[in-house]
Amino acid sequence: MSMRSLIRGALVVFTLLTLITGVLYPLAMTGVAQALFPQQANGSQLVVDGQVVGSTLIGQPFADPAYFWGRLSATAPFAYNSAAASGSNLGALNPARSAAAAARVAALQSADPANSAPIPIDLVTASGSGLDPHISPAAALYQVERVARARGLSPELVRQLVEQHTEGRQLGILGEPRVNVLLLNRALDALTAAPAAER
Amino acid sequence: MQWQSYTQLALYLGLLLVCVKPLGAYMARVYSDQPFGLDRLLAPVERGIYRLAGVERKAEMGWKTYAGAVLVFNLLGLLVVYLLQRIQQWLPLNPAQLPAVTADSAFNTAISFASNTNWQGYSGETSLSYLTQMAGLGVQNFLSAATGMAVLVALIRGLSRQSVRTLGNFWVDLTRSTLYILLPLACVVTLLLVSQGVVQSFDPYQSATLLQPTTSSDGTPVTQQVLPLGPAASQIAIKQLGTNGGGFFGVNSAHPFENPTPLSNLVEMLAILLIPAALCYTFGVMVGDRRQGWAVLAAMTLIFVAFMALSVAAEQQAPPLESGAPLATAATPLQAGGNMEGKETRFGIANSALWATATTAASNGSVNSMHDAYTPLGGMVPMVLMQLGEVVYGGVGSGLYGMLTFAIIAVFVAGLMVGRTPEYLGKKIETFEMKMAALIILIPCVTVLLATALAVSTDAGRATVANPGPHGFSEILYAASSAGNNNGSAFAGLGANTPFYNMLLGLAMLSARYWLIVPTLALAGALVRKQRVPTGAGTLPTHTPLFVGLLIGVVLIVGALTFIPALALGPIVEQLML
Amino acid sequence: MLQQHTHSHQPRPLFDPQIMRGAIMAAVRKLDPRHQVRNPVMFVVEVGSVLTTGLAIQASLGQGEASPGFIWAIALWLWFTVLFANFAEAVAEGRGKAQAATLRQSRRDVQAKQLSSTDRSRGYTTVPSTSLRKGDLVLVEAGDSIPGDGDVIDGVASVDESAITGESAPVIRESGGDRSAVTGGTRVLSDWLIVRITANPGETFLDRMIEMVEGAKRQKTPNEIALNILLASLTIIFLFATVTLLPFSLYSVAAVKALDPASSAAPVTVTVLVALLVCLIPTTIGGLLSAIGIAGMDRMIQANVIAMSGRAVEAAGDVDVLLLDKTGTITLGNRQATAFLPAPGISAARLADAAQLASLADETPEGRSIVVLAKEQYGIRERSIHALEAEFIPFSAQTRMSGVQVPDRTIWKGAVDAIERYLQDRRAALPAQVRADVETIAKAGGTPLVVVEDVTVLGVIQLKDIVKGGIKERFGALRQMGIKTVMITGDNPLTAAAIAAEAGVDDFLAQATPENKLELIREYQRGGRLVAMTGDGTNDAPALAQADVAVAMNSGTQAAKEAGNMVDLDSNPTKLIEVVEIGKQLLMTRGALTTFSIANDIAKYFAIIPAAFATTYPALNRLNIMRLASPQSAIIAAVIFNALVIVGLIPLALRGIAYRPVGAALVLRRNLLIYGLGGLIVPFIGIKLIDMLLVGLGLV
Repeated sequence: MSMRSLIRGALVVFTLLTLITGVLYPLAMTGVAQALFPQQANGSQLVVDGQVVGSTLIGQPFADPAYFWGRLSATAPFAYNSAAASGSNLGALNPARSAAAAARVAALQSADPANSAPIPIDLVTASGSGLDPHISPAAALYQVERVARARGLSPELVRQLVEQHTEGRQLGILGEPRVNVLLLNRALDALTAAPAAER
Repeated sequence: MQWQSYTQLALYLGLLLVCVKPLGAYMARVYSDQPFGLDRLLAPVERGIYRLAGVERKAEMGWKTYAGAVLVFNLLGLLVVYLLQRIQQWLPLNPAQLPAVTADSAFNTAISFASNTNWQGYSGETSLSYLTQMAGLGVQNFLSAATGMAVLVALIRGLSRQSVRTLGNFWVDLTRSTLYILLPLACVVTLLLVSQGVVQSFDPYQSATLLQPTTSSDGTPVTQQVLPLGPAASQIAIKQLGTNGGGFFGVNSAHPFENPTPLSNLVEMLAILLIPAALCYTFGVMVGDRRQGWAVLAAMTLIFVAFMALSVAAEQQAPPLESGAPLATAATPLQAGGNMEGKETRFGIANSALWATATTAASNGSVNSMHDAYTPLGGMVPMVLMQLGEVVYGGVGSGLYGMLTFAIIAVFVAGLMVGRTPEYLGKKIETFEMKMAALIILIPCVTVLLATALAVSTDAGRATVANPGPHGFSEILYAASSAGNNNGSAFAGLGANTPFYNMLLGLAMLSARYWLIVPTLALAGALVRKQRVPTGAGTLPTHTPLFVGLLIGVVLIVGALTFIPALALGPIVEQLML
Repeated sequence: MLQQHTHSHQPRPLFDPQIMRGAIMAAVRKLDPRHQVRNPVMFVVEVGSVLTTGLAIQASLGQGEASPGFIWAIALWLWFTVLFANFAEAVAEGRGKAQAATLRQSRRDVQAKQLSSTDRSRGYTTVPSTSLRKGDLVLVEAGDSIPGDGDVIDGVASVDESAITGESAPVIRESGGDRSAVTGGTRVLSDWLIVRITANPGETFLDRMIEMVEGAKRQKTPNEIALNILLASLTIIFLFATVTLLPFSLYSVAAVKALDPASSAAPVTVTVLVALLVCLIPTTIGGLLSAIGIAGMDRMIQANVIAMSGRAVEAAGDVDVLLLDKTGTITLGNRQATAFLPAPGISAARLADAAQLASLADETPEGRSIVVLAKEQYGIRERSIHALEAEFIPFSAQTRMSGVQVPDRTIWKGAVDAIERYLQDRRAALPAQVRADVETIAKAGGTPLVVVEDVTVLGVIQLKDIVKGGIKERFGALRQMGIKTVMITGDNPLTAAAIAAEAGVDDFLAQATPENKLELIREYQRGGRLVAMTGDGTNDAPALAQADVAVAMNSGTQAAKEAGNMVDLDSNPTKLIEVVEIGKQLLMTRGALTTFSIANDIAKYFAIIPAAFATTYPALNRLNIMRLASPQSAIIAAVIFNALVIVGLIPLALRGIAYRPVGAALVLRRNLLIYGLGGLIVPFIGIKLIDMLLVGLGLV
């Protein structure tokens, strides 16, 4: 095969396959996706009164004792910055890891000094994406007393709310049980007034 | 660990192995030019491509022509990806109005995607336009995978044919891999992923109001959150299927928009190993002895299971944190426990560790958790899997052709031990074959060691290390192992988007890919000319458990012996210091 | 008929003191880098030895990277490592040299009687044997040494070939036929020969033999080269793995000091890196590889087979098909009479008597066996043919019968078709019972001979091939090894099939001719199989040239010897099986020691890694599972073990690993267990013991 025909082959095959896989394929997939799964394909947006207030899949930062807190987030320059997702990437021996955990522990303890239960590990560790929308049911239950107190609700009611918002393993087997922090907090707000007024 | 975790691991392996036979048989038909159904639908497209390209469908190539076509085609792809990045600001489909990528980063990314490595020095959502992602990276996701498959098929033909000189036609193998295997599978996976919440949209990034406003580190209040969109699902489907691994978003499949649910996670994990595993069966069919394919698959699977178990066990142990309070780290029905740093709640320990094993067993490199934050032992698992040469399933095509090279080495030593000059599948392994096999084993090892040495010896290399102590060394070693074996996975702490690392790792990826493809094709070219020696009681059987064990031994020993000293200074000592 | 005997060489002891002395000297001479560079693994060790010696001198002068004693110890043992490998090679070569020296004695220059024509009455001129060229004619008389390789063109003589074969019984050499080849250096005992010289000086069979056994022109065989490539690439990998350890170590030291400025962390020394490198690269197999190859040739020589190239020895291990001549290999030399089957109305004794009479003058082994059988079964004494006034009628191509004429009658014996024609001419016929007997015998693989007295058919003599004892089991073993045996015979297919079944061969070629033999070989080769055969006649030459492993009988013609790639000095066709076994054993030894060598590395890591980085990361000491006394003792122990294991394995390399004719899968399992698992475990024990010894002797 001559060099000429080799290069012609390469050019033409490349161009045509680029058209197919780089243009037709994503366009067609977008068309089908938008037709079949418009909600999912566009970021599972939460829309309230015509305003986008988040995504069910993307976590938001919470620091108020009246809200459930999510995972630590290592995104910069602020936590849960979904324009720059990132993990902490701290090695197991890195003192910064202990420092971050200690800071979270201090915050938890100052918001709820009476709680001496062991703190679930996911509350003191940063998620991989920095956008984790979930915490473990254990982490949610750990925070029930504090949230109930801050909102003047009975712990029982809050616990029930947590249980309602606990997703089991998908199809009964896949993944881990988890609680969507944003949805849980929105449900809290629907129950009592937003705590912003109290602050 | 909860019983559900074990069940999920078993379910994953079970599903994978169930898919091997049907998909493997299908691919064998595609490559052997037998009818397989889809050809009736897409044949006009295929014929059209050949007509326009002036490709003679039946004209076969010798190994040199085949290699020439591979190289020219890949060079072209590399140039196009480079150019797209450099001029994306003037091109359409750039709603975020991202500027041109810097020259060194574009160089690195172009090599990375052409070589099926998909190392990402950049962060997708902050540096690449939709067009660059689609027409540049997305296309290479298909074509680099198809290149690997074509080279593998050429090697298989080298083993299955006898006394001829040609290995097939690269254009045909490439086109058929793309049209009939990658594309249909990618369509199915895309839709499954979208149904779970993976985004697939050309809309610009969406802004959302935070429920509780927060403040930036510089003190400015933040009330809005950006929801990044884009044609992600279609690219994620092929990045997994083609063992590319380059995420649409910077944090890859840890990102909730890239991998939102445990089910999407299962689909993506299956997609990682699906084709590499099934190709083993294809290999068995094409060489006329399915047992050979099963044996290779068994060797891969056993190594995989062992590493998976190690990874899961290591990650279930939370490293000690001096946080000033007792922590609950055990697995209970209410939490996954373990080392949750860098892991997503929905995946927990089992699915994170399993992914880490699968993505580095295959040369995929996508992540759903941050390997940098793993326990030292847990982080060593993906590192070693890469250092083994990406042959435990490995990259599509490249994994199996690497494993077959190991089989040739295993056969060589074992063949001697049974008192015959060695042969694999009836082909005598002689001086030339040994030279090529040695090169294939040697190049990645040397590349990784040299790249690591260079990085630890220069200020530029040390400057962007994120972690102190031995972990910093692990970060560099991991990056070099990833680039030098075309994996693309990262200990993400290392700041790799610097001119130094972009150049160093770019060159490592280049040598690991093409310095292996050429000897592999040369090997195929030498084998195809040989006669097949009939097997008998005196020939070393290569489908028995004993041979599987031997193959595993050779893979582990070559990998382990090379990297034990380096690993001792990184993850091993780190684990001992815990 | 072929000379059959077992060779009478005394097996040389594995460690002949004289050879040892020579080998020690040679080991030192082989330190020459020009010699070492041919073996990449050992060359690296030698470079390491030079480097550490330099470092040791530097340390002795007071500015070393470690204590001078430690560096000297490492340097010394690295030199020993090279010397031990050289020694192994030298011992193997020494054994060949000793053999060659014996051969060379018979190559003394002699005076040759050169003739100008084939007529010896025209006188000869005396010339030194070294001046003889191809085509020259020489006369060799009783007491003369034959001056060079050649073909007998006139005369018959008994020749003493013990110098070459070690067999003291003289052999007959005569012109024409398959006994015409003579070898330079052998001696004519009686009568005379006119020999046409077929080899120039320096190219004779003896010269080539000496070269081969000395290993002077030893070239690496293809498999050896391939293995060398593997070993070299492992060496390169380990070279990079250790060289890069220096920057890795520097980085680690800096990292440790960044966290703890008071740390005593120090970078790894070059000495330790060299020690690690030498321990990791496959020195065991690298050091013994050439000894294994030479020893393989040597084992062939011990079996009295001269291989013309190492490649042939290697190919012998690969043989898939053995073509074996029936006569001499599968069956005893000749057919023997085993029964008398009288015709109806004739007593067996009468048949036996007539048969013996007809055979009295028949000197062929078959004829002799008839006489003996008659004597054994019927007590019929051997009679003198002269006393009977009998006249022997020899076998002729026209009648194809032989017989005896006694005063009152004529007795004939012959093949059934010849006898039938004889009877037809005399208007007589073969009785049905006799015809049935004839067929039965033929079907059973025997040869029937019909005996008639005048026109009375007396019956049939059954002649049978006697299959050698134990040969069936031997073929069974070959089958398990995956080797197919094919019997070559001139017999008709019926007879051939019966013998083939009795001997247990896998296939046979009946009514073999040089042409169909050649075609058979080609057919197997087209199927990708490697074929081995033996041959002696000139008409075997094409087949010998075609076969992959061709063993020519030393008693055979020059043409056969030229065509083959091995010569069996014993001219024993069964030797082919031994040749295959030696070939296999050679390859197995290479594979086993390679496996052993690589498996050793695991233990060495456990010894050296914690020791090398002890100051940087004390935590690594938890990997010191052998509990070696100190970092220095650990490293020295590993290096010493690495050197000693070469010496320890020399006997194995020379003898070859134990060989059993079983299937490939079983052999692999066994060898993996012994040399793989053994290679994993042995160094743990060895290094620990050496470490204890070093501590016990207060050396560290």
